[in-house]
Amino acid sequence: MTKLKEALMAGRFVVTSEIGPPKGVNIDEYIDHAQAIKERVTAFNVTDLQSAVMRFGSLATCRLLIERGMEPVLQMTCRDRNRLALQSDLLSAYGLGIENILCLTGDHQKLGDHQGAKGVFDLDSVQLLVAAKKLQEGKDLAGNELEGAPEFFLGAVVTPEAEPLEPHIIKMEKKIAAGAQFFQTQAVYDAQKFKEFIKQTSRFNVAIMGGIVILKSVGMARFMNANVAGVNVPEELIEELKKDKEKTKSGQTGVEIAIRTINEIKDYCQGIHLMPLGWEDKLPAILDGAGL
Amino acid sequence: MIFTENKSIAEILETLGAEKNIFLLACNGCAEVCETGGESALLGMKAELEKAGKNVTGTALVDFLCNKVLVATRLAREMDKLKQADSMLVMTCGVGVQAVSRIVDIVVHPAANTVSLGGLQGLWPSDERCQACGDCALDYTGGICPVTSCAKELLNGPCGGAEDGKCEVDPERDCGWLKIYERLEKIGRLENLKKVYKPRDHSKMLPSQDLRKTSFYDLEQ
Ligand code: SF4
Ligand code: SF4
Repeated sequence: MTKLKEALMAGRFVVTSEIGPPKGVNIDEYIDHAQAIKERVTAFNVTDLQSAVMRFGSLATCRLLIERGMEPVLQMTCRDRNRLALQSDLLSAYGLGIENILCLTGDHQKLGDHQGAKGVFDLDSVQLLVAAKKLQEGKDLAGNELEGAPEFFLGAVVTPEAEPLEPHIIKMEKKIAAGAQFFQTQAVYDAQKFKEFIKQTSRFNVAIMGGIVILKSVGMARFMNANVAGVNVPEELIEELKKDKEKTKSGQTGVEIAIRTINEIKDYCQGIHLMPLGWEDKLPAILDGAGL
Repeated sequence: MIFTENKSIAEILETLGAEKNIFLLACNGCAEVCETGGESALLGMKAELEKAGKNVTGTALVDFLCNKVLVATRLAREMDKLKQADSMLVMTCGVGVQAVSRIVDIVVHPAANTVSLGGLQGLWPSDERCQACGDCALDYTGGICPVTSCAKELLNGPCGGAEDGKCEVDPERDCGWLKIYERLEKIGRLENLKKVYKPRDHSKMLPSQDLRKTSFYDLEQ
């Protein structure tokens, strides 16, 4: 059983972080960053060609983490592989010691740096979960017997501030039916809305980890509001970032906002998922501030 | 010419579920040629439904179900019978079913799978056309094609990318899944969305050898 599964199943409050591998082969410094905070987090998520940008792979990064004594969560999207490749990579992941899998649909290739690429989307996130669950039961998607079945701890994502929310909640329910045992959310800035979402999904009885992205600047907040679906940085927070330019630049404002958000939501969820986006060095301060 | 193949009666009865009163609408254009529409297929379907204990509230045959004006005008005469129906079974291609679902606010079930567009996409060539996926899902989506209206051709609901009802790919483009959600809510079928929809069978996109031998391919050679 993975540490992540064990902790979530035991009802312990869990902290995970995220690694977005580089465009190129200089992966070592990313692993070093992770290593520096490894005592503070249970597992590291590795993104899978995040934002449809071609990069170093998630599977290889996950394996490198294991070799350095850390536990990975393999993100898998449906954009770049058909059902044969996805299932094969799931088997390979297990063979490499990777058992935590986060299943996503993936951003459209139009959003990335190879816009003319063919998007695959042969399966969607729900069907990918179904495939992973079937593999665990010793069969592939076509019903063929496997020679040895893998064991996974399956997760998925949800956007608590999506508008309208209902179709996303219905989809979340389907993901649970398909085998998802934990959820990571999109970045949370509005604790009230997050609590509202938790209220609506409490009947699902599934572990939910609130997403935390450190606000680096006013520009970043505005960019996310305009371009990232389901992320809404409230105007008060933007004002707060504006107030003391030096403090914002040093990261202090972002850290304070993150601590506040965590403190407000931590009694309502089973953990937090930190997405540092290059600001790994701020994580210890955030965790200290939040008493985690 | 659009090629269609009948869904099996078992599949149709399953999608009709507990709905008892059915209005039958068939196309007399391409579907007649493929024997998925036309008068004899319509009568055959009526008999099958009655055999299965359904009540057919009315039937109509329209030359081209992909012509929205034609369909709207023809259905105007059938309003009483349509009101008595729990749903409609539409014997035509994916474009035709979508045209019908745009006109009436009742549940529509496709009776056929569209396998090949054969060069023409019907008389209602809008942005919500059919890609002839061979495994029509219009039944589950309330008559909006998930293959052509969603940039990722998703089958199990919206991705996280929709914002203000628009698709992550293009702010000018409606998110197909939000449209489907609104439509299902309007026709009282939101529970459709709860079904875990199976992966598509892409092999169904290939027209069978029999269809390849039909007039279209011969004429084109
Ligand atoms: S689901 Fe869409 S593409 Fe497939 S047959 Fe129906 S209308 Fe055509
Ligand atoms: S935003 Fe809507 S239409 Fe666009 S890919 Fe996602 S679900 Fe499909």
